Amino acid sequence: MFASLMGWVDARFPATKMWEEHLSKYYAPKNFNFWYFFGSLAMLVLVLQIVTGIFLTMNYKPDAALAFASVEYIMRDVEWGWLIRYLHSTGASAFFIVIYLHMFRGLIYGSYKQPRELVWLFGMFLYMALMAEAFLGYLLPWGQMSFWGAQVIISLFGALPVVGESLALWIRGDFVVADATLNRFFAFHVIAVPLVILGLVVAHIIALHEVGSNNPDGVEIKKNKDKNGIPLDGIPFHPYYSVKDIVGVVVFLFIFSLILFYAPEFDGWFLEKDNFVPADALKTPEHIVPLWYFTPFYAILRAVPDKLMGVMAMGGAQGLLFLLPWLDRSPVKSIRYRGPYFRWALTLFIISFLALGYLGTQPATALYTNMARVFSIIYFAFFILMPFYTSIDKDKPVPERVTMK
Amino acid sequence: MSNTVDNSKRRFLTTAASVVVGGAGAAAVAVPFVSSMLPSAKAKAAGAPVEVDISKLEVGQLMTIEWRGKPVWVYRRSPEVLENLSSQDDSLRDPESNVTGQQPDYCINEGRSIREELMVLVGICTHLGCSPTYRPELAPEDLGADWKGGFFCPCHGSKFDLAGRVFKGVPAPINLVVPPYYFQGDNRIVIGEDAQGAA
Repeated sequence: MFASLMGWVDARFPATKMWEEHLSKYYAPKNFNFWYFFGSLAMLVLVLQIVTGIFLTMNYKPDAALAFASVEYIMRDVEWGWLIRYLHSTGASAFFIVIYLHMFRGLIYGSYKQPRELVWLFGMFLYMALMAEAFLGYLLPWGQMSFWGAQVIISLFGALPVVGESLALWIRGDFVVADATLNRFFAFHVIAVPLVILGLVVAHIIALHEVGSNNPDGVEIKKNKDKNGIPLDGIPFHPYYSVKDIVGVVVFLFIFSLILFYAPEFDGWFLEKDNFVPADALKTPEHIVPLWYFTPFYAILRAVPDKLMGVMAMGGAQGLLFLLPWLDRSPVKSIRYRGPYFRWALTLFIISFLALGYLGTQPATALYTNMARVFSIIYFAFFILMPFYTSIDKDKPVPERVTMK
Repeated sequence: MSNTVDNSKRRFLTTAASVVVGGAGAAAVAVPFVSSMLPSAKAKAAGAPVEVDISKLEVGQLMTIEWRGKPVWVYRRSPEVLENLSSQDDSLRDPESNVTGQQPDYCINEGRSIREELMVLVGICTHLGCSPTYRPELAPEDLGADWKGGFFCPCHGSKFDLAGRVFKGVPAPINLVVPPYYFQGDNRIVIGEDAQGAA
């Protein structure tokens, strides 16, 4: 009965074909480890954000006069509104934690390298879209941090020569951040950017499934196939990894729920304290900082004592990530078989990224500004010197087949 | 005359013509959508000048008024502050207010003001648009021993003196904006308009 129904569908729509291509006959390397949980977790959080977002729009008012109060209304008067709102706000930070770990995995195992350059590029565009989405969404509660954060970020465009000021005016739709800005940010946040993100997720996965997944050893499993053309080191994604990922989901939801129910504001890290004050166009909060996931780039912006150069450095810090597949000249993918230069460079890079992230949350004192300058230089050196140190590195021999250590 | 047709050239010309015509059409359709995001007629109309009564403004006091949605500071400088203004010229980027457009012509002077003791400034940092904090104290711990009072931007650490002139070595590139304004009698300022008419 079911078989004949599927036959009817398959003659009209490639349901079984797609199921096999992407799940039951998608052969993934058998040596995936802890770091391979975060792709599916990112999808889970995306679904969570979309669903909670839809329900939030049912009570939220994108109007400068009503927005702040409507968020408090959701928190206090709407049945379970507090839960839906906290799921969305905690989900935003969780999204970035998952994405940063996912990107770190790509860095250590060389998943951006040939033939996965497009997987990496789609992923980078996703990361950009996600940052845009987070920034747009942060204006919506119309608190002090919403307002001044938007003011600063939109002013970044004003630093561009010639067209800058007109561009900033066009983005704001008013001479200052105002109702027009809030209203259009709502439109971008709830429909425009989510559509882009969904499209990019599809492209990211199709590109991945075309070339096949990388693995902790960085060896291509498609090089060794059995007589049926199935990689010897591959196992079907479903059921092996779908089941494995469910374990990851359970652990993730456990930690997520602890934060959600016991510390949803996370002491000002997930919801900033100043954002519980309604937007005031006449007074900037004493310590204005973006949310934690933007602070590494924010620290780079502040480290440069020149407006245009600062904005360019911040853009460059993100732009260089796109070029990673072409900056890395090493024939070896995985950190396991890389030489000491890359290991040290990556270690310093991660330290710099975390240090910049911390400094971006602190007031801009002279000492902290100088420290941010040092770490910014290391950040850029990691990319700019990469073609040199990766090509002279003493890489180790890479095994023919994956290992299970 | 030859009967042979250059098919590849024909194909190229039809493709090129389609792309050009289609592109022009797409660009034309984009115009109303892009334009709809510009400030609306209503947003442009809001921006009338505001009147401020300064009769109760004490020496050393700063008041903030909203004009076009932005904070405008009116501040009464003490004689000591006025004396200090010229003493820091070396550490300022543009002590003479040479950058045009940052102040009306009648405010190109030491104090960037019409009346020496009365400062009027748009309180928006020229770096990324935060509103700097008024820091009148001398040599506070966080701003260093040379600080003679001024404005400090909490966002990115830009510093301005009590005439809104930017210090060197900070992210803000130019001085704070002095809005057009004029006096109506002794105790009234009209902000947003020159004495002779429109801003």
